[in-house]
Formats: sequence, structure tokens, C-alpha cells
Amino acid sequence: MATAAHSSVVHTSAPTHHHYTTLGLDSRKVAIWAFIGSECMLFVSLISTYLIYKGRSVIGPFPHEAWTDPSTGQVFKPILNIPVTSASTFVLLMSSLFMVLALAAVQNKELPKRTSGERILGNSKLWLFMTALAGTTFLGFQAYEFTSFVHEGLTIRRNLFGSTFFTLTGFHGAHVTAGVIWLSTMLAIDYRRGLTSKDSLLVDICALYWHFVDVVWIAIFTLVYLIK
Amino acid sequence: MATTAIHAPAHAAEYPGEHTGLWSWLTTVDHKRIGVLYLYTALGFFVFGGIEAVIIRAQLGAPNQHLVSAEFYNQLFTMHGTTMIFLAIMPLSAAFFNFLIPLQIGARDVAFPRLNAFSYWVYLFGGLFITIPIFFAVAPNGGWFGYAPLTTRAYSPGLNIDFWVIGLQILGVSSLAAAFNFLTTIINLRSPGMSLMRMPMFTWMAFVVQVLLVLAFPVITIALVFLLFDRFFGTNFYNTVSAGADPLLWQHLFWIFGHPEVYILILPAFGLVSEVIPVNSKKPLFGYPVMVYSGILIGVLGFGVWAHHMFAVGMGPIADTFFGLATMLIAIPTGVKIFNWLATMAQGSNRYNTAMLFAIALVGLFTIGGISGIMHSSPPADLQQTDTYFVVAHFHYVLFGGSIMGIFAGIYHYYPKITGRLLDEKLGKWHFWLMFIAMNLTFFPMHFSGMLGMPRRIYTYDSGQGWDLFNAMSSVGAMIFPIAMLFFIYNFFKSRRSGEIAGANPWGAGTLEWTIPSPPPEYNFAKIPNVTSRYPLWEGKEADHESARINAQTGKTADELGIIIPYSTIKPLFVALGLVVMFCGLIWTKALIAIGAATMIIALYSWLLSPLEPEHH
Repeated sequence: MATAAHSSVVHTSAPTHHHYTTLGLDSRKVAIWAFIGSECMLFVSLISTYLIYKGRSVIGPFPHEAWTDPSTGQVFKPILNIPVTSASTFVLLMSSLFMVLALAAVQNKELPKRTSGERILGNSKLWLFMTALAGTTFLGFQAYEFTSFVHEGLTIRRNLFGSTFFTLTGFHGAHVTAGVIWLSTMLAIDYRRGLTSKDSLLVDICALYWHFVDVVWIAIFTLVYLIK
Repeated sequence: MATTAIHAPAHAAEYPGEHTGLWSWLTTVDHKRIGVLYLYTALGFFVFGGIEAVIIRAQLGAPNQHLVSAEFYNQLFTMHGTTMIFLAIMPLSAAFFNFLIPLQIGARDVAFPRLNAFSYWVYLFGGLFITIPIFFAVAPNGGWFGYAPLTTRAYSPGLNIDFWVIGLQILGVSSLAAAFNFLTTIINLRSPGMSLMRMPMFTWMAFVVQVLLVLAFPVITIALVFLLFDRFFGTNFYNTVSAGADPLLWQHLFWIFGHPEVYILILPAFGLVSEVIPVNSKKPLFGYPVMVYSGILIGVLGFGVWAHHMFAVGMGPIADTFFGLATMLIAIPTGVKIFNWLATMAQGSNRYNTAMLFAIALVGLFTIGGISGIMHSSPPADLQQTDTYFVVAHFHYVLFGGSIMGIFAGIYHYYPKITGRLLDEKLGKWHFWLMFIAMNLTFFPMHFSGMLGMPRRIYTYDSGQGWDLFNAMSSVGAMIFPIAMLFFIYNFFKSRRSGEIAGANPWGAGTLEWTIPSPPPEYNFAKIPNVTSRYPLWEGKEADHESARINAQTGKTADELGIIIPYSTIKPLFVALGLVVMFCGLIWTKALIAIGAATMIIALYSWLLSPLEPEHH
């Protein structure tokens, strides 16, 4: 056992035995909750600033209303494209479902798989890949969204809306990117040495982070896109 | 405890094992050694910030002096505040968090030893990043609070504020990483029987501080990100002129962080004196549960009072009233603490050693600063006092009279645990009295110069305004600090070499950290203790004594006891280095961003994919 673990290239920092802990939980699980608490304050600060500055931009374009430049007469469309972003939101929400399936697959790794359905559900590589793919798709939507906004005249320097919008959604996008890298790392470990139920915690922590990033997007989608 | 002293090593050794030399310090993940690194580094920055203060006071000693230019004066007061808050007091507290928390809760290390090393290295590199510019006269010059829009590119075009924004961002990473670590440690690594209501008061206050750090630092992070984006990418967050930005946005974000930060600075010192006073009064801490609740209440209320820093901006009567009342409320839990310390000392058989003198000084001096604080909580009174030297007097009474006095109490109290030797009491008392006199001579007259209308942050003034005498007094007082510090530094290094051997428990204290040898072995506790009371050595049952007997033994190595010690590793240092190099790229050449990011990512993956400790057999 020990030699097998040594010979594999990929280690994890998972302790090989159980240290005594007060709660009986692994410390990493406690720490990720503290981290998520901290991240809440980070996004609260970003979202509050967006809301405080909402409607205060001196010049357009604006999120929900058209704007005519008084000096040139140029008309700017409302910026936010709710149908497109609804699609990307749906993809991101689905990624949370894939994440749940990935964790379940790792947790139940050793259970016998009788039917092809059970084999598909128990395929941790598939669900980790699907989660990362959905995250990447969301990022693709965001790249498209950012590019088209810039073409329509909204840059991060244009007005308060541009500054707050790109910073807020950009921060969220950076979190999704970090999550995709994390998921890809898990996937690589799964390919390299195979995740077993003993590795549940690693996937569990990753999943908590991923779901958190999803929940933040629900708040952003509601407050920024849906509420006019 | 005399028997333990006999068994102590003949000379206070380094931590047992093969741990000597520079490499061992660069790669250590031992919480005690990281604590020592924090202690030395933070004391170094404390002296540096002190020298800045001495130059400030020399400049202000008499009217119309021109010892330094107005521009350099701005850098001096900015860096004095920034250094003392972020590079001296917070890391001095972190030194104690590192050294004491695992020992007080009966753990062998913190929850994440390598993350702990990372926090230290980020602190060191970030500290150097923000400090070195002053040697080239391009240090930050916008005050420690860096009010935007003043600090935006339009009004502060130079590199000065760039160093400040980026430096604080780096230091924030260090504080947050450490906070997650200590929070997890306190929640999850308490030994059996160490329930929350049996935790030593220092660990309790540390617990509250970690929660404050976790919740307050993201807010300053975002405020700094906005400023960084404004300065480097031309965003409009603080662009009040053409983009219609709110000139109060920075102030709100900064003080939502800044007021909890005040408690981040003072609560560790409160925790330290709550250890020092009971031990030297030979009585358990009076009203322990109430001390816990008042500490928590201070932390909670600390998030609801930020706008009392902003009464002068005209928020209107409702906001002013709310924040004024909330501020007054904080006096209640703080007062509870003061009275509980007094009640602990009352009718105790008090031993007035240096640690105790510093602790008593905190109780007295913090009360003076607290009372002037209550004066500011009333908006009309605050309008008279704001931006005057009265405020400078107030926060030096709470930060110097409170935090620094408490930290020195902690240093004198815990030096024997850290080094195995006692600090010299006679030199210590010289240090204490000189510092006490200097502190009051410097800061008490500022109440008067402030009341007479002397504004903060001016680099010189005309005579004939009634300020001359008070400024002269303050400046004379400030010149005494270096003398006091010389006594301390001499004492520190002399006692390190030839101080009296301390033994496990030189003060006859009751908590877990005193059950183990001084300095503690690498593994802290040969046997994870069973705890049945708040003061296991004073009022413990047989289980406590049994643990204490086993843990008092010296000379055993971790191997002999079958205890697994984490590997030393250089990787956290490289992750920290990569992070700081990446930030440097914003100021110098963009190539550094790529180099730093690559270093960071490679070192981070290498860290995460390598095991923490040898496999268990």
C-alpha cells in the first residue's frame, strides 16, 4: 500500500492517517467554510458598489435603457442581453448538478455497478469533465458578452456602469476560472491514479467552492440583469 | 514547579533536533519558529516606525522648523501609521497567535503548517515592498487611510500611492491566509476536554480577531482593487470629477474594514493581559464568561460603528445618531473588561513584575483613550475634535497605551516560554518606566494642542497659537522612547545568552502552555492533554495532572515518542515570492507578472501535490 502510494507520481496533501480533531471533521473542510464566509464579504462589497452606483452614470450606455449621445446624436442600445445571459446562467446551474454527480461518483466509487445507468452515474471522470466543461462554456459566454459590450461602446473606463459591471462580473469570472482549473486538476488526478472514496474530501471541498461560485452568480444575475 | 526547573536544560537550547542554520529558518513550518520569525520581523518594523515617529516629533518640536520637507513629512506620517498598524502591531499579535494558540489549546501545530509559513513570507516580502520606497523618497504619502479621490492618479500621480495600494493588497493576502489557519486551528484542534468555555482568554480573543479578519479584510481588498483599477486601468470608481462617482465610497468601504481593524489591533493585547494579570494576582480571571461575551460583543458591534469616522462629512441626523449611539454602546463591553481586570487584581497577592506593570499600564492608559473615544462618539463634540491632535492623542492612548503596552506585557510574560530564559527584571523595569513616562509625556499634551485647534498632518506651524509648549513636551517625550527601547533591546539579547533559566513554569501559571518544557519541544505535547478545567495546573483533576506530568518531561525526540512532524519545505516561500514578484510587475516591467505568476503556480502545485508529513506506520 505504502509503496504503491509512493510510486505514483501524483500525491495529494491528504493526510494518510487521522489526526484527532475537535469536530471530527477534516480541518480543510472547516477552512473552506471560513474561506467562503470571507468570499461572501468580497462579493457583498462588489455588488453593493454596483447597486450604489446604479443609475448614477453621467453618460451611457446604460444597462436597461437606450441612450442618445447629445453631442453626436448616436443612439446606444440597452446593454444587457438577458436571453443570452439566461442561457449561460442555465449552463452554470447545470454545472452544479454535474458537480453533485461527480462527488457522488467519487463517494460511491467502490459500490458495485450493475446497470449501464449505474456505470454512467458512477463515472467520476465524466462528471468532473462535464462540470469543468459547463464552467468553460459559461466563461465562453462571458467572453462573448464582454466583447460585444465593448463593440457597443461600453468599456471599463466608459462610465460608472462600465467600471462596476466589468469589475463585478470579471471577479466572478475569475472565480469560475479558478474553479475550472481546480476541477481540471481533480480530473487529472482521477486519470493519473484514480479517485477513490478516500478522496471524497478533496472533491467535496472543490464542490463547496463551485456551488458557492454558482450561488454568487444567482445573486448577480438577479440583481444586475433581472431587476431594472 | 521548582522540580521542573531542576530538570530544565543547563542552557536554553534552540529547539531540539537538527534545526539550526539559515536554511532551517527558510524552510520551517513549525508554528513556534514561525512565531519567532514574526516576533523579530515585527520588532524590526516597530523600531523602524518608531524612528519615523521620532523624526516627525523632531520636525514638530518648535514652530517653523524645516528639518524635513513638507513632501517628505507626508511620507513620514503615512509610513509611520502604515508601518505601526500593518507591519508592527498586527504581526506582533500574529507572533503570539503562532506561538501560543496551539500551546494553549493542546495542539501539536496549527491546522495548516505550510500555509502558516506562507503567511509569514508574504508578510515579510510585502512589508519590505511597502517600506523600501522611503529610502528613495517615493514612499506612500496619502495617510494610512489613503482617502480616495485624493489617492487617485489625478491627484497623486507618482509611484508613492502605487506602492501603498499594492503593498496593502499583498499584506492582506498574508492576514487572510493566517486568519483561515488560526480560525480552523481554534475550532478544530482543541485537545479533548478543551471546550470553548475552557479556552484561555488569549485564545478566545484571538478567535474573535480571526473572525474580524476574515470578514473585514475582503472589504479593504475590494476598496483597494477599485483604487488599483482606477490608477492602472482608468476605471471610474473614485472619479468624482467627470464620472459622477461618490466621494464617500472609499470612506465607507475603508472604515467598514477600518473599524473592525481597530479591534483587530486591541483584542490580542486584551487577551495577553488577561493571561498576565490572573497569573500575577494568583487568582483565576474574574468573570471569565462575561469576559468572553464582552469580547464577542466588541467584535460584533465593531461592524456597526464605522461611520463615526465620518461624522464630519455630513451624513445627516439619522445616520449620525445611529452611529453615535452604537459607538457609545461599545463602551459597555469594554468597561466590563476593565472592571474585570481590576476585580481580578483586587485582593490578589499581586506580584509586580515587568509583565504585570505593562498589563496594569494597559488597564489605566486604555481607559484614558477609551474615555476620549466616548467623547468622539457624540457627533457635535466630534466635529470640534476631528482632524485635530486630540484624535491623535486618543488613538495613541488606545494603540500605544493599549496594544503596545499589552504586547510588551506578553513579551515579558512569554519570553521565558519562547527562549527558556527569563528577561532581566531590573532592565525590564527601566524599560517599563521610561516607556510609561515617554508615552504620557508625548501623548497627553496632544489633548491640549488638539483642543487648541492644532490640525493633524501639518508639517509645521506658526508660533503664538498656544501650541508651542505642548509640542515641545510631546517632542521631548518622543525622544525618550529610543532610550527605553535600547534598554529593551539590550535586555532581549543579553537575556537570550545569559538570562536566568526559566524552567517550565516560572510564574506559577495555570494554563496548558506552562505544562511543557521551555522552550517547548518540536512536538509541543508528548501526550495530547486531557483538559478538565480552565486552569489545569491550578484546579485540574487527576487527568490534568497526569497529562502535565507526561508533558513536562524533557529530552525526548519526536521519533522516540512516535510523533509525526511535518516536513520542512521551501515551497511556501516560493509561492510568496512569486506572488510579490507578480505584483511588482505592475510597477516595473510587465514581464515580472509572467515570471511571478509562473513561479507561484509551479511552487503552489508542487506544494499541494506533496505530502505534509511522513506516512503513518
